[in-house]
Amino acid sequence: MTIAAEARAGHQFSQGWLTRLFDYKPFLVFICLLPALGLLLVFLSYPLGLGVWLAFTDTRIGRAGYFIGFENFQSLWHDPVFITSVWNTLLYTGVATIGKFGLGLWLALLLNNHLPFKSLLRALILVPWIVPTVLSAIAFWWIYDPQFSIISYILVDVLGWRETYIDFLGAPWPARFSLIAANIWRGIPFVAISLLAGLQTISPALYEAAMLDGANAWQRFRHVTLPMLMPILAVVLTFSVLFTFTDFQLVYAITRGGPINSTHLMATLAFQRGIPGGQLGEGAAIAVAMIPFLVMATLFSYFALARRKWQQGEDND
Amino acid sequence: MTDHAAAERPHLVEKEQAGVIDWSSGPRRFITLYLPLSLFVIVLLFPFYWMAITAIKPNSELYDYKNNNPFWVKSPTLENINKLLFQTDYPQWLLTTMTVATVATALSLFSSVLAAYAIQRLKFKGSQYVGLGIYLAYLVPPSILFIPMATLIFQLGLFDSQWALILTYPTFLIPFCTWLLIGYFKSIPFELEECAMIDGATRLQTLWKITLPLALPGLISAGIFAFTLSWNEFIYALAFIQSAEKKTVPVAVLTQLVEGDVYHWGSLMAGALLGSIPVALLYSFFVDYYVASLTGAVKE
Repeated sequence: MTIAAEARAGHQFSQGWLTRLFDYKPFLVFICLLPALGLLLVFLSYPLGLGVWLAFTDTRIGRAGYFIGFENFQSLWHDPVFITSVWNTLLYTGVATIGKFGLGLWLALLLNNHLPFKSLLRALILVPWIVPTVLSAIAFWWIYDPQFSIISYILVDVLGWRETYIDFLGAPWPARFSLIAANIWRGIPFVAISLLAGLQTISPALYEAAMLDGANAWQRFRHVTLPMLMPILAVVLTFSVLFTFTDFQLVYAITRGGPINSTHLMATLAFQRGIPGGQLGEGAAIAVAMIPFLVMATLFSYFALARRKWQQGEDND
Repeated sequence: MTDHAAAERPHLVEKEQAGVIDWSSGPRRFITLYLPLSLFVIVLLFPFYWMAITAIKPNSELYDYKNNNPFWVKSPTLENINKLLFQTDYPQWLLTTMTVATVATALSLFSSVLAAYAIQRLKFKGSQYVGLGIYLAYLVPPSILFIPMATLIFQLGLFDSQWALILTYPTFLIPFCTWLLIGYFKSIPFELEECAMIDGATRLQTLWKITLPLALPGLISAGIFAFTLSWNEFIYALAFIQSAEKKTVPVAVLTQLVEGDVYHWGSLMAGALLGSIPVALLYSFFVDYYVASLTGAVKE
């Protein structure tokens, strides 16, 4: 077929070698892939490799570095700020992911009912995910203000549940949980809307069958909804863990790692050491230290959940 | 099996079905459905309301909760927005962000269309590995890349220029757009292209005249989505741009409007609000495309 078309094309259009060249498949494949692969190789693969190399050097801004082996990692290992940032990142990812998926799944289940103005609701719910994260983070910064926080106002002046205004960002633990809350807020829409799409593909016949078998609402959720949702849940979870683990914007905008470096995530610490601090090698080492965690988290969330796909006998690929 | 179980426990079935009817009526439906749903909507949208109301409050109301209801504004003012537009570089930042986002989107869309066409339609040896590679590229987060990228940008002499952003944004836009478009191309029957080629069209003519018009919804999805992602991008813009007047809106609001220890919350909120409006407008016109691209990208 292809050959015939090419032959015909060559016959009819005698514009010459250029036309024929563009119908020569290997050349066409090369030309088509050139822009995308070229950009990705130069600006993604090369920096990825360069980053690993930089992690083993003492490069600074404006000065090429020398290979120093594992020295960066050794000094980080004894650096309390770095160790705190690792724990913070794990806590942040763990708690925020549980929160996002608990609440997101609940919201998806609510939206899966027959509702008036359903598409409007869906549109409104996605707004936090559309708006630039930094700009909504600035709104959270203002919501968490020690003097004029609206949450404190409601708790103290409206409801009278507390005596004093909460100092959200002034102490390490409140600051960490304030950041986690903002991250959950930011993540719910994505989880809810993707899971809603998954819910809508589940055939109502399955629920009818379950009901005929006498399954109650919880059993229907546990034995029909959850297994059917598992494949899409695995993908959404992988993405969510990946992007929460490497989150930068929220923390940088709201606390910049403060108070006293207690809320740094690995990404913000890498930025602080690398760009304003000028220690490119050390910053790169922190960024590279994220890679094993990321690979593990991705493999775990993908295989632990995606495995279920063939257990359900849905697909054997 | 189903019949058997149903026959065995008829009373259970009746009770369950009665329960289902109960569930969808009256107060119970209100408690289990409408109440949590409205709480979700209020919590998810409140920060934007708060942003908007703060942006139009005069300072006298902004810092005095005792004599004013903080949830409302008595004498709204445009002073904050006025200050933002005429006393700062805000219009310049908007223009920069718009240019960078548009050019980066166009570049990524162009590259992605060709790549997706090659992978899905030209089916060469190893095409699925190239597809997988591009998918994996999407999983590499910018937080890992920005430091080596900064050195690369510096070596190329692009530091502090819009080109630094235009050339680096495609690293996360191309993987996303390519996967979305592969999905769309799959849904277009190949026979249509075959017909065109039998009639003597070249491959590129087929792509231009047959495939692309049919994939238009996919192109729109990918385009507006890529535009939104580049508008919202933060870490590269923060790391690669230094001069105040060349910054993008998200970076500039955070770094230029915060002066010392005194935060001008009114103008900060106005800056955040104005910076969100372009994407919010785009979003309101193309909601369905956003939902399609979000769910499409997850399903692939």
